[in-house]
Amino acid sequence: MNKTRLIIWREFTTRVRKPSFLIMTILGPLLIAGGILAMAWIGSQESTKHQVLVIDTEGVIGRRLEDTDKVSFFIDGNQWPDSVFKASPYTIRINLLPDVLNDPKADLYYKTVPSEFVMSHIRNQLDKTIELARLKKEQIDPEAFERIRKPVDIDSFDIEKVGTQSYAQERAMIGFFFGYFMFIFIFMYGVQVMRGVMEEKQNRVVEVLISSVKPFQLMMGKIIGIALVGFTQFILWIVITGTLTVVGMSVLGADRYDPSELAQQGMTTEVRDQLIKQQMPAADSGFDQEKVADIIKQVNIPLVLVTFLFYFICGYLLYSSLLAAIGSAVDSETDTQQFMFPVTLPMIIAIIVAQIAVMNPASPAVIWCSFIPFTSPIVMMVRVAMGSAPLWQLLLSMGLLVITFIGTTWLAGRIYRTGILMYGKKISWKELGKWLFYKG
Amino acid sequence: MLQVEGVSKRFGDFTALDGITMDVPPGQVFGLLGPNGAGKTTLIRIITRITGPDEGRVLLDGKPMRDADVARMGYLPEERGLYKKMKVGEQALYLARLKGLTKADATKRLKAWFERWGIDGWWNKKVEELSKGMAQKVQFITTVLHEPKLIILDEPFSGFDPINADLIRNEIIRLRNEGVTVMLSTHSMPSVEELCDNIGLIDKARLMLHGNVKEIRKQYATNTYRIEYDGNRVALGNALSFTGELVGAEDRDDHHMARVRIAKGSTVNDVLRQLLPTVAIHGVQEEVPRMHDIFIRAVSEHQPENMVVGMTE
Repeated sequence: MNKTRLIIWREFTTRVRKPSFLIMTILGPLLIAGGILAMAWIGSQESTKHQVLVIDTEGVIGRRLEDTDKVSFFIDGNQWPDSVFKASPYTIRINLLPDVLNDPKADLYYKTVPSEFVMSHIRNQLDKTIELARLKKEQIDPEAFERIRKPVDIDSFDIEKVGTQSYAQERAMIGFFFGYFMFIFIFMYGVQVMRGVMEEKQNRVVEVLISSVKPFQLMMGKIIGIALVGFTQFILWIVITGTLTVVGMSVLGADRYDPSELAQQGMTTEVRDQLIKQQMPAADSGFDQEKVADIIKQVNIPLVLVTFLFYFICGYLLYSSLLAAIGSAVDSETDTQQFMFPVTLPMIIAIIVAQIAVMNPASPAVIWCSFIPFTSPIVMMVRVAMGSAPLWQLLLSMGLLVITFIGTTWLAGRIYRTGILMYGKKISWKELGKWLFYKG
Repeated sequence: MLQVEGVSKRFGDFTALDGITMDVPPGQVFGLLGPNGAGKTTLIRIITRITGPDEGRVLLDGKPMRDADVARMGYLPEERGLYKKMKVGEQALYLARLKGLTKADATKRLKAWFERWGIDGWWNKKVEELSKGMAQKVQFITTVLHEPKLIILDEPFSGFDPINADLIRNEIIRLRNEGVTVMLSTHSMPSVEELCDNIGLIDKARLMLHGNVKEIRKQYATNTYRIEYDGNRVALGNALSFTGELVGAEDRDDHHMARVRIAKGSTVNDVLRQLLPTVAIHGVQEEVPRMHDIFIRAVSEHQPENMVVGMTE
């Protein structure tokens, strides 16, 4: 077996056999799936049933407010002194302020803090009922108003692909998801590479190894070995999380997570309106399968997967080689700080720019960052998924990334081979620069 | 076997090695001596091709060394460690395979070594369960397992108790008897006298002494003899007259010893001739300087101007 392969094999097997790997592999998805389910469950549970007393001295509430199983409304035209409210079984008192029709304001007094679900239901009901009262005052037919109020529904199309509706934003989200995944992976496993290098240096194992293998082989073996550990873990996570979520959903019953219901209960009016608007066309077809199919059809899946793999691997190689160089240069974890910051900064910028790219793919910052190799993996991912990157731009960005990662790996290799054998020296940037020029 | 020709190495402004030329003859034990920070480890790293020289070259069997030659060497570094979480057997196997042995071959040889040293019980232990000395034994085995023709040991005895130090010493002698060339760096001067045929002494990046141990010791001899006698010390001193000088004396009960430095132009026979009528001679022995003293003399003659920070020492 060749030496680099032997090193990769050791890095892989020793890590995969660690109890912590097994624990993380099983616990990770459990935590993620459990977290999703727990949040959905907790969100749907309201511990206290609220009896809401609405003080409506001006008599603007013309129709009954809708109760839910957690919120019941009671309306009274008289003011309630605080002491009487406190002694009453009501948990919330709402005072509609004077002149509520022209200046819609209300004060809410509670005994226990109501949840956001309860709050938004109250807000929603008051909005509707006051709107109705105002329509009546202006002598407008509510049904006519509903017809008038219809918001403009804009569907966008790419002129090159007339006939298909363009879901650029949704597609960008897919790209962002891939980019974010990449960010997490590169960071998690890049830091593991750094730790591994530091461990070898602190243990002085490296002194023994270096007489049989070249430093570069050692560095690349570690980087590749850890990448394989990461791939294995992620594949297992996807499989386990997928299984758990499917099982969990079918046990708890999927109907509870119907988005329109969630929207009615929980979201602010604007978001709800938007969501409901989006739900409308889907309402007939039961679920939004058509739209999902449309989005998926529009995303060039083979291209996205190929770019994902390419940027994933090259981005990981770029960052992990730099982190390996840092690990080799320092004596202890605390010394890594000053070198970590400049390496992590571009990644954080990349994530921010990728978010901008979802909203505004043509922004110059997005275009530039999709070329700069330190940010391009994440940002270009969004652009490719959106279909907003011409082929030449994609190829240029890829080319630049390859050239840069070859460059950084070479630089890292030079720092590494000096760093691993250097102890007890406070390392500065200048010092690192000098190491580059030491003769083999 | 191994020739170092005019090797220099600089790290920025700091000169680690300055024109070192030395010869390590085959089938012998060569001692690389020098105070901390002298450049020994740097020289060893150049020989083992971990780093390259700025000037000069290293020849193996008369030919410039190539990367492939590293497989014919076994190197035990001064600062040595093992992966703490790995099992002993697995780790030894890994190191052996990195040296180019096949899995089957490495397993067979390792089992044999472990049996010979009575440590077969360690195979499935984790390295972190071993003491420092135990770990060093494993490291020694992995250094010589692939039967290299040249073995380089940096401070092989450090961290060993006397029993295990003897074990290692005997292994070194056994290897040398089998025709292996051994180069070792050590601060233990008695081991140098006992083991080394030749030495090279480096100080402040320069080679200060180089050659056969016996000859060097002779060269450093001050022509001083220890004479055991019976009689009066003052009379002995007077009797010496111009043939020698009394430089020291020890009197214990009935046992007297005088250290006499023989004057230029005289021989030990002249001295004895002078003394015989005065005192009864029981024994005469030349004082051969110990390596310890030679080391100190060689290094202090070449005084440090300022403190030097080396790579690892």
